[in-house]
Amino acid sequence: MRTPVDRLVAWVGPEIAGPGAAFLAVMIFFSIGSPQFLSAATFGSVAFQLPELGLLTLAMLLPILTGGLNLAITFTANIAGLTVAWVLQQNGGVDAGPVAFLLGSLLAIGVGAASGLLMGLVIAYTKAHPILVSLSMMIFLRGLGEFLTRGGDVSGFPAFLQPIGHGSILGLPIPLLIFIACVLVWHVLLTRMKLGFGTYMIGSSIEAAHYSGINTRKVLVLVYMLSGAMCAIAGIIMLARFNSVRVGHGESYLLITVLACFLGGVNPFGGFGRVIPVFLALVVLQLLSSGLNLMGANQHLATAVWGILLIGVMLLRWVSSHFKFFKRKKG
Amino acid sequence: MTDISGENAGRRPLLSLRNINMTFGGVKALKNVSFDVLPGEVHCLAGENGSGKSTLIKIITGVYRPEAGAVIDYDGETYSHMSPVTAQNGGIQVIWQDLALFPEMTVAENIAFQTLLGRWPRFVNYGRMRETAIRALKRLGVTLDVDLPLKEFPIAQRQIVAIARALVGEAKIVFMDEPTASLTQSETDHLLDIVRTLSASGVAVVFVSHRLAEVLEISSRLTVLRDGALVGVYPTEGMTQSRITELMTGRTFDQHVRATPKDANPVVLEVKKLTRPGQFEDISFTVRRGETLGITGLLGAGRTELALSLFGMLKPQSGEVVLVGKPVHFSSNREAIAAGVAYLSEDRLSLGLIQPQSIADNLVIASLDGIRTGGLLSDERKHRLVAQWVTDLGVKIGKQSDAISTLSGGNQQRIAIAKWLATNPKLLILDAPTVGVDVGARAGIFEIVAKLAESGLAIILISDEVPEVYFNADRVLHMAGGRISAVFDPRQCALQDIEAAVYA
Repeated sequence: MRTPVDRLVAWVGPEIAGPGAAFLAVMIFFSIGSPQFLSAATFGSVAFQLPELGLLTLAMLLPILTGGLNLAITFTANIAGLTVAWVLQQNGGVDAGPVAFLLGSLLAIGVGAASGLLMGLVIAYTKAHPILVSLSMMIFLRGLGEFLTRGGDVSGFPAFLQPIGHGSILGLPIPLLIFIACVLVWHVLLTRMKLGFGTYMIGSSIEAAHYSGINTRKVLVLVYMLSGAMCAIAGIIMLARFNSVRVGHGESYLLITVLACFLGGVNPFGGFGRVIPVFLALVVLQLLSSGLNLMGANQHLATAVWGILLIGVMLLRWVSSHFKFFKRKKG
Repeated sequence: MTDISGENAGRRPLLSLRNINMTFGGVKALKNVSFDVLPGEVHCLAGENGSGKSTLIKIITGVYRPEAGAVIDYDGETYSHMSPVTAQNGGIQVIWQDLALFPEMTVAENIAFQTLLGRWPRFVNYGRMRETAIRALKRLGVTLDVDLPLKEFPIAQRQIVAIARALVGEAKIVFMDEPTASLTQSETDHLLDIVRTLSASGVAVVFVSHRLAEVLEISSRLTVLRDGALVGVYPTEGMTQSRITELMTGRTFDQHVRATPKDANPVVLEVKKLTRPGQFEDISFTVRRGETLGITGLLGAGRTELALSLFGMLKPQSGEVVLVGKPVHFSSNREAIAAGVAYLSEDRLSLGLIQPQSIADNLVIASLDGIRTGGLLSDERKHRLVAQWVTDLGVKIGKQSDAISTLSGGNQQRIAIAKWLATNPKLLILDAPTVGVDVGARAGIFEIVAKLAESGLAIILISDEVPEVYFNADRVLHMAGGRISAVFDPRQCALQDIEAAVYA
């Protein structure tokens, strides 16, 4: 009845077209432009850099699907990292054991979820705008973090943390594996669970969703809690990769996560968007910056190219929607 | 077909269209249509959704260009197509259903802003705008405070503002697209008075409407379109509502009172002295298995508030609600749904359905537990459930994944009904189920309602169109000012008795 291609499209969502095209364009461009591009080193660097931005993007995705935003993601990640660091230091610092790390991680996820819980409650019950609520949370967490660390680095962690940031299993970097696991969890959540269903419906019309019996407050609170928990996972990975925690680390990712969502075909007003296309969009962004690096371009130029790419995608979408319009009119 | 008979004989049309053809994506939207408007007449353009009414208006106002061969005579000139500028400057004005006004701006600004367009120097002369606005309102015999922002006025008065704006544009013909769709009877009467004033001052008015009573009352001629073709042009004298419906749909509907006694059936819902101050007071009634209880009354009579209280979305202050023998106090609509109460919202566009989302998701939204396997939602089961309901209720859809907004009003409403039936309710509250639904499709909706009642569902049918409750309910409550003012049995009274009570 349905062909495998139809099934694939149904599984990943029609939004795959945009990032898919961008992926092909980037691959072709750099393969021609730089002979070293198609090498294990490139993919290694992409695979290690992708997870931080990727996990934060997952944290941003859920609120955007409800028609909101979570501006506190990077500082939530920092605070979660600090939580782990604190637990480790309480248990001997460099000599702390894996149990302490596990405990710290769980506590960190709890702290991330708590920051989301607070935002979610305020957004759901007062109907305050998510931008303002999460902005307030962001400023609160930044201030709190800077107060606790006096603006400096926290470091001195046990050696067994190294592999979580830099190790590989069967040639696949551990951070990448964690990220892919989170992508799959988000995919199942959004396509197969009542919470995900409610997330999309709320994004299109919270009032109509409420009239249809969706517990809109519960969905909003859970969405921000999950967003906060996902930030915490990002924070733990960042701690392991840099072997230190610093408030403000990863701050520049904030807006990139929003743009990665849009590049992945997520509707900026909520209600539509799938995880897999967003994942592919992240890969494209990372390939682009690695490729430019290989060609000897400045790191800052890579960021500028991201911006241009996104503008290009918007224009292409506009052109393709008009192209369809003409086709329909002429029959 | 286009004979101009009787008193109108010999008058030259102000606007005359011949040979109008229009194709969209292989579908003929208009087939060789002709259309005339006489100076100063009130003309009605009738037809179901999709019959080509809006396309025709858009050709007249220059939005669309008809296919080659079209002849448009307007005010002594001949065109092969109109442009928006010729239409506007020539005095063709349209008042769209959504009015296209600026709620934040004052009445004066809304009425007179067009006079500023393209004028030099580019300064705003508020004094002159006020004068222009007041003059335009005076022509309509209306006084409004022109300095207040428009959003402070009810919809009926905004409509008048839209008409006044058309007059400022020196209108010779005003098209009104469904002007009475959201008005109560007295507001409609007032609007019709204004239309008469306009007509007397020489402005032709073309009504585009599928509410039929007012069409008969006001217009002198009627043009009927069906499936993009002209059915005919008729004098309205001697026309009946059922004849117009027949012409529009090409089918005959025999309306008869469906009411039958249900007194022996067990009681599903009993409401005792329910009160929510300021909205409704001292409401008591029962609904039995298989019974359809009609509730009618003017907008603002407290009908929707009463329904929302039964659905758990508003809290009554005092009184009792007993559902199948058990007193209930819902603290949310989820509890009401779980207990077997379903509520079809009067506002399908923003509350009833989630317009951008798919047909399938809109249908399953209230019954997600029914499509779970092993804790996860199953696409396969969703697909089957939706296919089943689509067949059962005769809904015409393309793909299940299409946005629900792509469906016609009647088909959207069937999906909305299916959504609630999927929750397996005991009591179904239908609040204005035919708003924005074609005449032909309305009959289909009531067929469904009758079948549901037969299968044992208790139904509350709320409508401000008295004939709907008269013909389709077993008993009719009339609500006025938040109270039940009378109870009618359709088998023992005439339609006019209820109408007289409601519009008194």
